[in-house]
Amino acid sequence: MSNELLNEITFFVLSIFVGIEVISKVPTILHTPLMSGTNAIHGIILVGAIVIAAGASSPVTIALGLVAVTLATTNVVGGFVVTDRMLEMFKGRQAQKQTTPTK
Amino acid sequence: MRTAISLAYLVAAVLFIVGLKQLSSPKGARNGNFIAAAGMVIALVATLPLLNFTSAGVTIILIGIVIGTAVGAVGARMVKMTAIPQMVALFNGVGGGAAALVAVAELLRMGQHPAFTEAFPSIFSIVIGSISFAGSMVAFAKLQELMTGTPITYPGQQVVNGILAAAIFGFVIAVLAVASVPFSFIALMVLALVLGVAFVLPIGGADMPVVISLLNAFTGLAVAASGFTLNNFALIVAGTLVGASGSLLTKMMSDAMGRSLANVLFGAFGKSHAGAAAIAGKEGRSVRSGSAEDIGTLLAYSQRVIIVPGYGLAVAQAQHAARELAELLERRGVEVSYAIHPVAGRMPGHMNVLLAEANVPYEQLKEMDEINDEFKNADVALIVGANDVVNPSARNAPGSPIYGMPILNADQAKNIIFMKRSMRPGFAGIDNDLMYDPKTVMFFGDAKDSLTKLVAAVKAAA
Repeated sequence: MSNELLNEITFFVLSIFVGIEVISKVPTILHTPLMSGTNAIHGIILVGAIVIAAGASSPVTIALGLVAVTLATTNVVGGFVVTDRMLEMFKGRQAQKQTTPTK
Repeated sequence: MRTAISLAYLVAAVLFIVGLKQLSSPKGARNGNFIAAAGMVIALVATLPLLNFTSAGVTIILIGIVIGTAVGAVGARMVKMTAIPQMVALFNGVGGGAAALVAVAELLRMGQHPAFTEAFPSIFSIVIGSISFAGSMVAFAKLQELMTGTPITYPGQQVVNGILAAAIFGFVIAVLAVASVPFSFIALMVLALVLGVAFVLPIGGADMPVVISLLNAFTGLAVAASGFTLNNFALIVAGTLVGASGSLLTKMMSDAMGRSLANVLFGAFGKSHAGAAAIAGKEGRSVRSGSAEDIGTLLAYSQRVIIVPGYGLAVAQAQHAARELAELLERRGVEVSYAIHPVAGRMPGHMNVLLAEANVPYEQLKEMDEINDEFKNADVALIVGANDVVNPSARNAPGSPIYGMPILNADQAKNIIFMKRSMRPGFAGIDNDLMYDPKTVMFFGDAKDSLTKLVAAVKAAA
């Protein structure tokens, strides 16, 4: 097994634990925004889409690259914007939140 | 240069983790989203320096980014708050599709005999990404009501889906063995797309949030797999974070509904079950319905009113009318609170978002555990467009498909006003005994119209 692959597997396994740990205390009211936020983060596939699109030359790779970049950008932009719209709604409550006992 | 890129990816990964952490606390959630978005920008910019762009490459990247930004931003800005769940499904689906296409492009580039360690993640990404894409589109169609929200089932469905899954598994092995024949990818993609559709069809509209969350985790894993193919650290870490946290979130969501994930996925929930409890209500029992004036008077002279908002309130855009009624009652000295079931609306947390939009004070929103003991002291439980979350058969009818789901104890209030468009069963498709309760008064009509009438009636009751 190459060193690079070994490193990748290490990141993969550690990320699983971090991913689980980091959201383990989320209250129910944030389930939807959190889902939407993680949805935006997997838009990182745009990095992959740009990598494959960058070197495109044949009609097949050009078509694949174009569609992949378009879909991935939609995921990133739409994901973050829609999450922000949801969380905007909580904005007015932050001040009040501090005076009420947190659950 | 490589070192700089790796460091930038590390920064991006840290920002994603911090962003996620913030997103799971009410205080920092909005910042968390910005932090994650900043991580995304860093990862994107850091990727550019090492690439060798062809002129066609630059063109398609620019075109793709322009179109994607326009579609994403406009879609996300224009969508009504009630339609947000299907929007999330859509954005998730396109991400899954992109992951599958990236993997296809990589496999094509690798040629006839890719190494197993590269071919395997690519194929994994193609299969999972395609399932996520197709499944999300069906979820979108169901929530957007482009197709029926009730489960679509037929005899032997699970067997057919099982065969599909087995066929995909067989194909994966064949592709790994003979490798890189473009036709085989296409067949594999088609099979995975079909499975994605077939897998979501039998799941009822009320369970879509859980499905979307699961498919969200799938997309994360597909992205991570694409990261292995491209040897890209950012993709692996971000994709895995989403895959892991998404899986946990999926479990939390089905827990909030008091059901197991397997039951959500394979239970064809909301299909009219021939269970005794589901039929019990149909035997011509009578319901009482009241006029706006009667109900308005009752509300005006109550001491404690608990509003139970549901999806009917959301679709009628009645959150502002509800707040108006609540404020009016409060000015008369009535104590008003809102009982928020964990899955009120169509997604956990959805109702909180809608009510916050209407400037309902945060202290009035009570979670289920907090308010359930207060119903017995309430004069009126005002149920606005909710149904399944107050259905007592979840508590006392073991044959009912929602048996075991935690519900709001609205039936313990002294009076129950059930505002509903019709006697039609709710999203889960089950009859509700509470409508036949002697303490219950039905008030039929669109939630917004009805609330507006009640506002007028309460004013008149002075």
